[in-house]
Amino acid sequence: MNKEDSNEQVQMDRRTLIKAGGAAGLAALLGTQVPSWGASETPVKIGLIDPITSTFAALGQSEIKGAKFAEAEINKAGGVMGRPLQIFVEDSAGNPGTAVDKASRLLSQNKVDFLMGTVNSAASLAVSQFANRHDKLFVCTGGHVDSLTGKECKTTTFRTCSTTWMLTAGDFETLYKKFGKKWYFLTTDYAFGQSEQADYTTQLKKAGGSVVGGALVPVGATDFSSYLIDVKAKSPDVLCLLLAGNDQVNCMKQIAQFGINKDIAVGGALFELEQAQALPEAARYGWWTMEWYWNQPNTPHVADFVKRYAAANKGEYPTARAWFGFATTHAIRLAVEKAKSLETAKVVKAMEGLVLPPEIALQPGNVFYRPQDHQLMLGMFPGHVIQTGKYPNLFDVSGIVPGEKIALPPSETGCVLPRA
Amino acid sequence: MSTPAYTAPPPPSAMQTSNLKQHLGTGILALVLLTAPAWLHYVGGYNDIASRVLIYGLAAMGLNLLLGHTGGLSFGHAAYFGLGSYGVGLMLKYMTHNVLLALLGGTLLGGVVAAVLAPIAVRRRGIYFAMITIAIGQMFYFIAIRWQAVTGGYDGLTGFSRHTLHLFGFDWTMGSLGFYYLVVACFALGALVLWIVLNSPLGHTFVAIRENQKRLTFLGLPVQRYAAISFALSGLIVALAGGLNALLDNFTSPNTLNYTFSGDLVVIAVLGGMRNFWGPLVGAAIFVLVRDYASSVTDNWMSVIGLIFVLSVLFFPLGVMGFLQRKGKTS
Amino acid sequence: MNLVLIFNTFNGLITGAFYALLALGLALILGLNNTINFAQGAFMALAAYFAYTLEPSLGFWGALAVAPLLAGVLGLVVEVFLIRRLYKRDPLYSLLLTFGLALIMQDVIRTVWGANGVPLSIPESLGHPLSQTYFFLTGYRLFVVAVALVGTAVLFAVLRYTRLGIRIRAGNADLETVSALGVNIYLLRTANFVIGIVFAGVAGILAAGQLGLEPTMGDGLLMPAFVAIVVGGVGSLLGSLLGGLLIGVASGITTAYFPAASEAVIYLIMGLMLVVRPRGLMGQEGLFE
Repeated sequence: MNKEDSNEQVQMDRRTLIKAGGAAGLAALLGTQVPSWGASETPVKIGLIDPITSTFAALGQSEIKGAKFAEAEINKAGGVMGRPLQIFVEDSAGNPGTAVDKASRLLSQNKVDFLMGTVNSAASLAVSQFANRHDKLFVCTGGHVDSLTGKECKTTTFRTCSTTWMLTAGDFETLYKKFGKKWYFLTTDYAFGQSEQADYTTQLKKAGGSVVGGALVPVGATDFSSYLIDVKAKSPDVLCLLLAGNDQVNCMKQIAQFGINKDIAVGGALFELEQAQALPEAARYGWWTMEWYWNQPNTPHVADFVKRYAAANKGEYPTARAWFGFATTHAIRLAVEKAKSLETAKVVKAMEGLVLPPEIALQPGNVFYRPQDHQLMLGMFPGHVIQTGKYPNLFDVSGIVPGEKIALPPSETGCVLPRA
Repeated sequence: MSTPAYTAPPPPSAMQTSNLKQHLGTGILALVLLTAPAWLHYVGGYNDIASRVLIYGLAAMGLNLLLGHTGGLSFGHAAYFGLGSYGVGLMLKYMTHNVLLALLGGTLLGGVVAAVLAPIAVRRRGIYFAMITIAIGQMFYFIAIRWQAVTGGYDGLTGFSRHTLHLFGFDWTMGSLGFYYLVVACFALGALVLWIVLNSPLGHTFVAIRENQKRLTFLGLPVQRYAAISFALSGLIVALAGGLNALLDNFTSPNTLNYTFSGDLVVIAVLGGMRNFWGPLVGAAIFVLVRDYASSVTDNWMSVIGLIFVLSVLFFPLGVMGFLQRKGKTS
Repeated sequence: MNLVLIFNTFNGLITGAFYALLALGLALILGLNNTINFAQGAFMALAAYFAYTLEPSLGFWGALAVAPLLAGVLGLVVEVFLIRRLYKRDPLYSLLLTFGLALIMQDVIRTVWGANGVPLSIPESLGHPLSQTYFFLTGYRLFVVAVALVGTAVLFAVLRYTRLGIRIRAGNADLETVSALGVNIYLLRTANFVIGIVFAGVAGILAAGQLGLEPTMGDGLLMPAFVAIVVGGVGSLLGSLLGGLLIGVASGITTAYFPAASEAVIYLIMGLMLVVRPRGLMGQEGLFE
């Protein structure tokens, strides 16, 4: 190919490309969503920061679906204080730095009134700090690390999902009584995993059990064979898996292939329906805690919610994450309506002690945001995975434990909020 | 190292006008940057994003000293960016509240490490050199993830923030606006250093290495020593950018050390124009702004970014600045 | 303690063989196409997703046979329309191209199949340990080792004894002369790339059987492959195999005694190798130096 010709060719291609790009860009800008409400109604704006990409994407997307579902229903019922509700969604890409960037953008560009979201605990802490600096309400939907409503609690931060203490306390008794005292921890080496392990260890030691071994695994580990060799060598009664979403799925597959779950009970704290969906039948086992489950035959309103949600989401059933998004959006609405204002201080006051009504709480018991640490007292749903189950029947709940009963008393959380 | 086409030097009279053009261009750039906070809102921007553009631009310009001007394909410069940011974070957390001192510390950390590793890295060329830089980068990434006690591990380093600077008797508050001007100042400093180096005999040696390394070796020049100097200097500048980045976020994490971020920096330099002094800044502006905008309007922003990489490589190998300069010459 | 060491070494060899399998395609493409294919992981993931979609109708074995070929077709398109344009230029450009391609592919996978992981089931017969003591030796992992060894052997045989293979090797040494001798080097490079992608496809499907299948899967597979090649030596298939085994064993033993360094150790080995003996264990001297 002649060099001259190829240059010509590149120039021709380039010109066409620039023209096409310009046209596409213009179309995109013009086609960007313009709200269809009347100009007189300023919407109530919530900024939702969640991972749409990255390894946490599945969980983040469920939360977003729950929130969007709530937004649609709220707007159909007349909005918040008669004004439309608008949720702006930004991708945190599972990255605390990006989450803060997006929070900054949501505040400066979209001028949101409230912030919610995050799945990754580190991102939750980062956004909590940011929101506090800018005096904006932040309701964490999915980051579980204890310190968010503990040592690092803030007046402007609330949390819908549980603390790691509540998660571990939810099924500790079951695992301990049913399977034994000698525990081995396989934990992902980040804040959430370490928090779970610390909490289980405290409860284990108190009950008289012992930790026979443990290993910290980096996020994104794919091959667990060397770790499992150590597990087998230490022969525990319980193998406690405290791994990040996808890593947990990988590990469970390998445990099943090595036959380890035949002699050793496998269990742990957080387990999500999204993870269960990703497991092949051979790897469906274990005793875990879910934070909300769709199959509650004895609780009113739940079946109806599940039906409406599935209808709006192409037959997909709501998971705990979806419920977090849903409940948080409604909680903000309820607090705003109670305070009759969008001012952060007033809404914070209204949210302290706010009880979620049955059609939002969608579980038995008293579900409210505790005023001393702003933590929602949600129930835990411990149970075990159904091996031969077909979606969505993948988990069997053994009982619902009210959050109030197992949460750490406010004095022990380390949270000191200025009481107005 | 690569040997692209040789471009003849411009005739003397053209040099006079091009010098004037350069000074005018720099002047306009300075004006734009200094007044940005005033007009940024009208075009849908905000102070923090302007800071981000300058930080990435500085990092890419530092990388470009090695990449575009010396011909060294480094895919691991995120390591020095990360060292700079962790350095600043650790200093602010444990040692001092003085932002400038912390910046100095972080920059030196990155620079010194780059200087120490440089002689090892430059022993090989081409793709092997690229692979060494990737290996170094990934090593630091895993050290940051595993050395929890110091770096905070996967979750990153928190517990520090940019405190008000007390300078010559007046207080420089580090809100978005105040910090932006600190970034402008550091950017100007970094750019000045790069400008001086590139226009000195040292800088000409770098370019000579890029053009024809073998010939230089035959001429008896210690090529590896000069390549190492280029490596170390570029690491220093990139570390400064990393330190500023930590201050912008009040946070740092291992993500700043990953090879994907190194790749982003290389693309920024190529996209903007590797052979042009301000090219990487242009690339940074495009990259940051497009990513910010795209990730807000679509879930598929990764495809948009990937597409930009692919298209710029196929159709704009000389980058935006290279394309504009070409147009200027042929018209 | 000694038993743990033995187990970890044995296990390390098995994992290492898997890394070698990942490395095969990448090594081939690095050779003749002169490209560090950052999209290799994405092709692996894509082939695995194809297999997941085909499994209900073709079963595991059918999917294993067909999906890599589909990935190969995509590889063909990529080579002809994108990479081919960049051969005349600095290797930097093809590197950046594959980098961008990886982003696009991962995003497309996430959009088409969703962000949630999906289960790729392996045949029931292979999913069990073959011995009580060596519980980590399952039929499936043995199969993976076998594929790695057979794959290396087949590739070696092709390169040594077939016309295509001889031309590829000659092309690696001196492409200009090969072209002057009348060989269609465009076709040669395309064939080389497609073979590399097909190998990636096979590796990806086998990986998905024992690891998880989700959009970011490729990221974790690319780097070990890369390191295996560099350690073993660019240009040598046997080297890639040895390189893979070495880092597999090193990683396994480090996990047992010093787990904090179990990932960093493979990059440390790679770095040391590049400084001390850049051609790797069995690479050809002078290549890329």
